[in-house]
Amino acid sequence: MEASMRYQTMFDKTSSNNHLAYIPFVIVGDPNEELSLQIIDQLVESGADGLELGLAFSDPVADGPVIQQAALRPMANSFSIEAGLNLIGKVRAKYPQLPIGLLTYANLVFAQGIETFFNKCRNVGIDSVLVADCPVKESQLFAKTAENSGLQLVFIAPPDASDETLKQIADNSKGYTYVLSRKGITGTEVAATKAKTGFLGKLREFNSPPLVQGFGISEPKHVFDAANAGVDGIITGSAIVNLINQHYNNPQIMLEKIGDYVRSIAQAAHTNHADTA
Amino acid sequence: MSLNDTSSSKFEYDGAYIGQYGGQFVPQILVPALEQLEEAFENAITDDEFLSELNSLLNNYAGRPTPLTECKTFGRTENCRVFLKREDLLHGGAHKTNQVLAQALLAKRMGKTRIIAETGAGQHGVATALACALLGLKVTVYMGKKDCDRQAPNVFRMRLMGAEVIPVDNGSASLKDAINEALRDWASSYDDTHYLLGTAAGPHPFPKMVKRFQQVIGEEAKKQMLEQTGQLPDAVIACVGGGSNAIGIFADFIKEEQVKLIGVEPAGHGLDSDAHGATLLKGTEGIIHGARTHTLQTDEGQIIESHSISAGLDYPAVGPEHVHLMTSGRAEYVGITDEEALEAFQELSHAEGIIPALESSHALAYAKKVSQGVKQPTVLLVNLSGRGDKDLSHVMSVLEKGGDI
Ligand SMILES: Cc1ncc(COP(=O)(O)O)c(C=O)c1O
Repeated sequence: MEASMRYQTMFDKTSSNNHLAYIPFVIVGDPNEELSLQIIDQLVESGADGLELGLAFSDPVADGPVIQQAALRPMANSFSIEAGLNLIGKVRAKYPQLPIGLLTYANLVFAQGIETFFNKCRNVGIDSVLVADCPVKESQLFAKTAENSGLQLVFIAPPDASDETLKQIADNSKGYTYVLSRKGITGTEVAATKAKTGFLGKLREFNSPPLVQGFGISEPKHVFDAANAGVDGIITGSAIVNLINQHYNNPQIMLEKIGDYVRSIAQAAHTNHADTA
Repeated sequence: MSLNDTSSSKFEYDGAYIGQYGGQFVPQILVPALEQLEEAFENAITDDEFLSELNSLLNNYAGRPTPLTECKTFGRTENCRVFLKREDLLHGGAHKTNQVLAQALLAKRMGKTRIIAETGAGQHGVATALACALLGLKVTVYMGKKDCDRQAPNVFRMRLMGAEVIPVDNGSASLKDAINEALRDWASSYDDTHYLLGTAAGPHPFPKMVKRFQQVIGEEAKKQMLEQTGQLPDAVIACVGGGSNAIGIFADFIKEEQVKLIGVEPAGHGLDSDAHGATLLKGTEGIIHGARTHTLQTDEGQIIESHSISAGLDYPAVGPEHVHLMTSGRAEYVGITDEEALEAFQELSHAEGIIPALESSHALAYAKKVSQGVKQPTVLLVNLSGRGDKDLSHVMSVLEKGGDI
């Protein structure tokens, strides 16, 4: 399937049912390669519509303590970036239709040569790349190369951004736009709030791709708030990663808990939200 | 003083960049905070009221101008004279105070009530704590857990002056992780909080701003050199951690093409060992702490921990302007090992009655080397960026172990 079509196909399907797309996040290689693949299977089998997969980085400034802790495990196991991308290749082989986004930091893209890195991403079947420390004003460093590699570059829209910035984000974000309802870093310590509808409306007015909300979503209630504000999808990261942090020494229980959790969020996302909105 | 002549225009910032280095590689959420800071900074440095308030603090509180001292014996040979710019005599004990006072004033001007800062050795934390005590600002200092243990007296100094010190235990628990933690705090607190970064690195406008507020070092030194010797120095030598004391003393000499600019990096156990902090000489281009610059990293881009006997130089990245000065050939960068620095530390103490900071000892050691090789009459200007009191217990324990570092 053409990379650029997977998100659109997903959103066509979820929005025709008035559902939200549910995109869970984990770090690849966490806690190790084998369990990481099993966790990802569990996410998909429990109702994920797409995946957001992170590469462990030594200096993750956009992440709170939960995801920082998770990133330390693959690094301690010398699980390389190369291994992480290859793992994603295995996921792609299993799920040919599933939208897969990569979450990374600028230096991991830059270090190997931007073109080399993006070509590897394309070759393992990644659809989109979100560079957590690349704001839209620095997008020129990556945008052209990403496009040439057939990758969709995703940008983050914060709730208090100026109209000018929102327009730039809407223009440059491909596949989807990652929207925040609150400031800060990843984590469930500060819960998501209902995103301001004005700011979402602005993004739509500027013809943004579909809006996916993340940061601080951990409970079904947050999903309903998000639907109510009018987004197209949601991402949960820290809530799942927290289960890995707590139970990685007991894989059976870890996988069960992740399954239960993902089903509860998927169920909320896959409710007919026609009346919620 | 701005560098207006065209020959030096390639050494000026173009927006967020100097050459191809710099930029604002931060999460989108932080961009408005940086833009607000940039605007306030550009506005303040053309505002006489701000500048006179700053000057009054620098002169009457911090003790500027600092003296320029010619060494009687250190580095003195038939052909060589060595002059020290005495930032060790600045209140707080290091050059850090210059730009901390300026940023703290700027924070007040922006209506911020709380300051956050990172610190490695604790010198920047101490400078921030004193400025905030003076100006009535609340302050939280992030400090790597390892550094808190290594630099306990500075932790106490900060707390004594009212700062909250938060040990950072994630990542490598050192300076780079303290910077990460400060950036994370700022991502949700910028409405009322200013991030007072401690060196000429990080995202724009920090490198440009810190340079502007440290350039007083070079401006004074230039005047004093002319008064005392009637000439400009042949070379200006400074140690490079993040790059603030070096860019501060270099700034006013960049346009003086006949003056050599030499930055001294911590070579730790040796430039060819894997324990050093020589980011410019041995690092590669990368994106870290908001800037495109040089960093110590693996082939895949994971940042590697640095090593130096001096905590203040123990940082795996560097300010973007130094990369530009190096690649353009305007400045030269060299390495000095732990051992050589330790020797210079003792030698200056013994020869001149001045105990230098271990950081500054790197610049001194290189000046000594130069002095021994020169055939022509040569005048060296060395930035004595700080005093060594903070290093006494560390040096004592190293020397007791027979100098094994
Ligand atoms: C005395 C002294 N000199 C130099 C440095 C290195 O910093 P920079 O390169 O920003 O001048 C430090 C940092 O703590 C310091 O305390």
